Amino acid sequence: MALVLNEEQQFLKDAASKFFQDDAPVSHFREIRDSNNKLGYSKELWTKMANLGWAGILVSEEYGGSDFGMMGMGTILEEAGKTLTPSPLFSTALLGATLLELGGNEEQKSEYLPKLVEGELTTAFALEEGTRHDPSNIATEAKKEGGDFILNGKKTFVLDGHSANLLIVAARTGGSSSETSGISLFCVDPNLEGVDVTKMSMLDSRNAAEISFSNVKIPVDNLLAELGNGFGIIEEVINKAQIGISAEMLGNASQAFQITLSYLKERKQFGVLIGSFQALKHRAAVMYSELELTKSSVVGAMNAIDEQSNDVARFASMAKYKAGETAYLVSNESVQMHGGYGVTDEYDIGFFMKRARVAEQIFGNSNYHLDRYATLSEY
Amino acid sequence: MSNLQAFREETKDWLEANCPPEMRKPGDVCWGGRNATFSHPDQEIWLERMGDKGWTCPTWPKEYGGGGLSKEENKVLQDEMASMGARMPLGSFGIWMLGPALLEFATEEQKLEHLPAIVKGEFWWCQGYSEPGSGSDLASLSTKAVEDGDNYIINGQKIWTSFADKADKIFCLVRTGAQEPKHEGISFILIDMDQPGVTTKPITLISGKSPFCETFFDDATAPKKDLVGGFNKGWTVAKRLLEHERTMISSMGLSGRSEGGQKSSGLAEMSKKYVGTDANNKISEPVLRSKIAQHDLNSRAFGLTMQRVGEETKVGAPSPAAAMGKYYGTEHNKLRYELMLEAMGTKGIGWEGESFSMEELAITRDWLRTKANSIEGGTSEVQLNVISKRVLGLPD
Repeated sequence: MALVLNEEQQFLKDAASKFFQDDAPVSHFREIRDSNNKLGYSKELWTKMANLGWAGILVSEEYGGSDFGMMGMGTILEEAGKTLTPSPLFSTALLGATLLELGGNEEQKSEYLPKLVEGELTTAFALEEGTRHDPSNIATEAKKEGGDFILNGKKTFVLDGHSANLLIVAARTGGSSSETSGISLFCVDPNLEGVDVTKMSMLDSRNAAEISFSNVKIPVDNLLAELGNGFGIIEEVINKAQIGISAEMLGNASQAFQITLSYLKERKQFGVLIGSFQALKHRAAVMYSELELTKSSVVGAMNAIDEQSNDVARFASMAKYKAGETAYLVSNESVQMHGGYGVTDEYDIGFFMKRARVAEQIFGNSNYHLDRYATLSEY
Repeated sequence: MSNLQAFREETKDWLEANCPPEMRKPGDVCWGGRNATFSHPDQEIWLERMGDKGWTCPTWPKEYGGGGLSKEENKVLQDEMASMGARMPLGSFGIWMLGPALLEFATEEQKLEHLPAIVKGEFWWCQGYSEPGSGSDLASLSTKAVEDGDNYIINGQKIWTSFADKADKIFCLVRTGAQEPKHEGISFILIDMDQPGVTTKPITLISGKSPFCETFFDDATAPKKDLVGGFNKGWTVAKRLLEHERTMISSMGLSGRSEGGQKSSGLAEMSKKYVGTDANNKISEPVLRSKIAQHDLNSRAFGLTMQRVGEETKVGAPSPAAAMGKYYGTEHNKLRYELMLEAMGTKGIGWEGESFSMEELAITRDWLRTKANSIEGGTSEVQLNVISKRVLGLPD
């Protein structure tokens, strides 16, 4: 297993790091938050990212992508996490691209993927219905009536759900709630009659939405993958998504730690730098150790995807668990070590904590993954 | 076929032809020395063959008796040995600590004298660092070496000298200069244990018998040529050797790691046995189950970290992350034993006798022994100091 980036991956990492620092530093996020931008991200920035090939990083070459793999995707997400850059990278380039690649037929792929790669089509994955991640807990129903499916139900915490041009909805076409069989995936135009999208105003000022479907008519051609057999694809997509969001959280925690470390080296109290206090030094050293373990978990998991390991699910849970625990530790400690400034809106450090808490909820929190790891390990 | 692939084939063939059957089973490790003892004749044969090949120290240069292997080749060798179940041919502080320091700081003459002997396990080396009054503040040590013709005369006491009662030689920190500034009056010297001026006394720990000893020097002597790294310049050697020691100890935290592919961990199996399982084959105590999952995840993450750090560092060079490995590995290992005791319940708190199995008693004793993991080789607090200073650059 390769745990160190190869030359090509390192090149991408350096390019991404430079791009986000130059074009979308934390001040860019602050501007978007304060400008009441309805979209929640900069369209211009997303076009630039798409031009760099990042929207199509997981898309196969025949549809215009680069098929660079998870190491590439994770690396970009990690760098974007350092600058808290909002963009459709996760919802579209990871979730949407993977769902369409795995579930789409030839026609669907040719219709959607090239536009997605160009940055014209953005997607949102409407899966969750409860207060926590539970992929088989689906009550939303799609009933076949003639040449259509009639969709009814309510989704929540749909990332980028209010801005996407295309919704990919998990709905029941059979079975009962919490059963894994009988779940199907549908491509849904958010402008159809009966689709009601409400933007959720989240802690991290990023985008999520509640979406309700009331007798929405969906043509049968919009069925993605096999009828009733969507869950296998959902699981595969979720594993990737868990690793991707872990990479973003790693970037978030690494950067919060760097900012805090700099603060410890410049802030003086009692006539000395506060970084000379052992009470803070030891806590910083513990954070460093946890960050190192998190980095290895995330890189190991990205690599497991690219190497098609048969242990991907446990790798994904390890990455998300470590990323969750470390982001929790580092964000809390970072705010505390900044003292009064840490709790002001003027300082950026609080942004990292807010984003960390939202990311923690995406596709399973640490408790979820601890339990999942034990179950997958047969104990 | 790539060079590495060819090397793998050769290595496999050589091991197949040379590793005796008994050495392909788990068992004790031989520590060599003048009075080497072997628990089985195959152990001696294995040591001799590996020593001749230089594979007790695979990455050391050939001119000093080592195997001359690259980092990648060494990995192949370790993989092949592991897949055969081949036992480590020789345990030695000479290999893990002294040798790497000699390679960096010794004169050519000293290297030629000591390194090949380490490779072949001719002497059992022990380490003379801590003193009764100098633990974490190691540089305050006061064992004195005074010049006397071609020799030094050494007086003082060392403590926590592992295997001092069995060792042939000791690498030792002594004061050859003033007590202050404390780092500048220290020399690194090699002393023969087989002389009237050196006596040892074993130390009993909370876990019972231990390899630790106190070592007393009463007008002991060492030839001047055995001073390594320069007069009063021993602290530099000492620090580097400590980094090698940390790297050695870090690997302890890996003992319970679960490999990819292998499902249930040792801790989980143990809990199933003592605590029982529910209808879904889950450990019936949910709190213990989640602690074990946490521990298993961290074992895996730590294992990957040691692997990654290994890939990022040059062969023979200690990594700046060694302090992190020592800190995390030992704390993690302590926790592992706490969880075993938690799983075993009243079977985990016996001292001796028929009410407990040998394995249970051994685990309880080992649990007590692990309490020293985060003290020996630099306490966890010292490691955190090293990380904050050397890695994070925080001010004094």
